[in-house]
Amino acid sequence: MSDTDKELRVSKIRDGTVIDHVTAGQALNVLAILGIDGSGGESVSIGMNVPSDKLGLKDVVKVEGRELSQSEVDVLSLIAPEATINIIRDFDVIEKNRVERTESVTGILVCPNHNCITNADEPVRTAFAVLEDGVRCSYCGTIVRGGDVAEHIDAHGSGETAL
Amino acid sequence: MLRDHLISAAHLSRDDIEAVLDHAAAIDADPGIVRGRHAGRVLALCFFEPSTRTKMSFETAMKRLGGDTIDMGAVESSSVKKGESLADTVRVIEGYADALVLRHPSEGSAKLASEFVDVPLVNAGDGAGQHPSQTLLDLYTIRENAGLDDITVGIMGDLKYGRTVHSLAHALTEFDVRQHFISPESLRLPRNVRYDLHETGAEVREHTDLDEVLPELDVLYVTRIQRERFPEEREYREVAGEYRIDNEVLADASEDLTVMHPLPRVDEIAPEVDETARAKYFEQAHNGVPVRMALLDGLLGGDT
Ligand SMILES: [Zn+2]
Repeated sequence: MSDTDKELRVSKIRDGTVIDHVTAGQALNVLAILGIDGSGGESVSIGMNVPSDKLGLKDVVKVEGRELSQSEVDVLSLIAPEATINIIRDFDVIEKNRVERTESVTGILVCPNHNCITNADEPVRTAFAVLEDGVRCSYCGTIVRGGDVAEHIDAHGSGETAL
Repeated sequence: MLRDHLISAAHLSRDDIEAVLDHAAAIDADPGIVRGRHAGRVLALCFFEPSTRTKMSFETAMKRLGGDTIDMGAVESSSVKKGESLADTVRVIEGYADALVLRHPSEGSAKLASEFVDVPLVNAGDGAGQHPSQTLLDLYTIRENAGLDDITVGIMGDLKYGRTVHSLAHALTEFDVRQHFISPESLRLPRNVRYDLHETGAEVREHTDLDEVLPELDVLYVTRIQRERFPEEREYREVAGEYRIDNEVLADASEDLTVMHPLPRVDEIAPEVDETARAKYFEQAHNGVPVRMALLDGLLGGDT
């Protein structure tokens, strides 16, 4: 029995997403990426520091009634490169994907440089190139180190100013 | 030669740079070769922050090519003040002109603007970001005075906010140049520029004292340390005083040292240096015209 199956037993969800093998300690940042703060009424369960054969310790996030967009998966890959994404329909895992490191992330992160044009009221989405250990704003060049990426997630999930 | 936008010196290859500098040298030697070439064409000067010299330099360059310029006047009186986005402003102005020059206080503004226009756009300074046309005239001046290979260049002053420095440092990595950066700890090169220099494998050193490297230098590029970067006047004066050069400071330098400065200077270079053969900053400023003529000629498709 895989550790995912054990997890699923604890609190099965009917339809939604299980994000497994999340780097321990990153579960709340995963919720931030998904723009989930509880106010939207989603049913969410989180396991933190769960024993894992593969990672030693891992976090698990289960979200009822919600699937992930590609840009969300892209950002997820930055903070939880080992994560697997299981899409659940009618209590069954119908799809199981590993996150892949992308070359760029669009529309999810906010540039920490206050003087960056993407923080002005312009009709553009933010864009960041993915570096070995972090991301870099495609407009102003500011680099955000890997560990700090989660701090710059747009809480509203749009990363846009005026589209 | 360049056909597209000029946003960052990081996008310039050695071939691009040499093509512009060679063309500029040819124009310098005989301005007649491009006389009237762009008659009837219009260059829009979009200066969202004041810069009389850069603006006049582009204006002169375009007029010497036979073309004309338009500008938006002071930002205070324009639609920008009424809250129009940069994206909208350049889309409107694009309809009036064959090319755009943009100076804007925000980093990344030139890249953003270039995504909204089809005519060539030149970044003439985006916040603390880049200033690539300045870099081309800096390189022209270095090439004329010291050559561009197997040289040692010292860049001193405000390296953190100095966009001319960021562009120049990127461009110098295309050549065989040893780069030394001299600044107070608080004004050292920003992380992203250091990252790029590191990526290219460039030979780069950082210092807080000019004395450590002065005798090795072929070129010393001085920039201004701005008062407003420091919370207290006293702190500013202490730092600024240490990065000021005069003939006494330069006593240990090579006879052939080339001293440069993007201007305007305040007191970081003593006037007595002006009288020496080392001072090349006025020549450097004058080089802006043939270099920008060559650049515009290339962007407007003059070499076909
Ligand atoms: Zn930025």
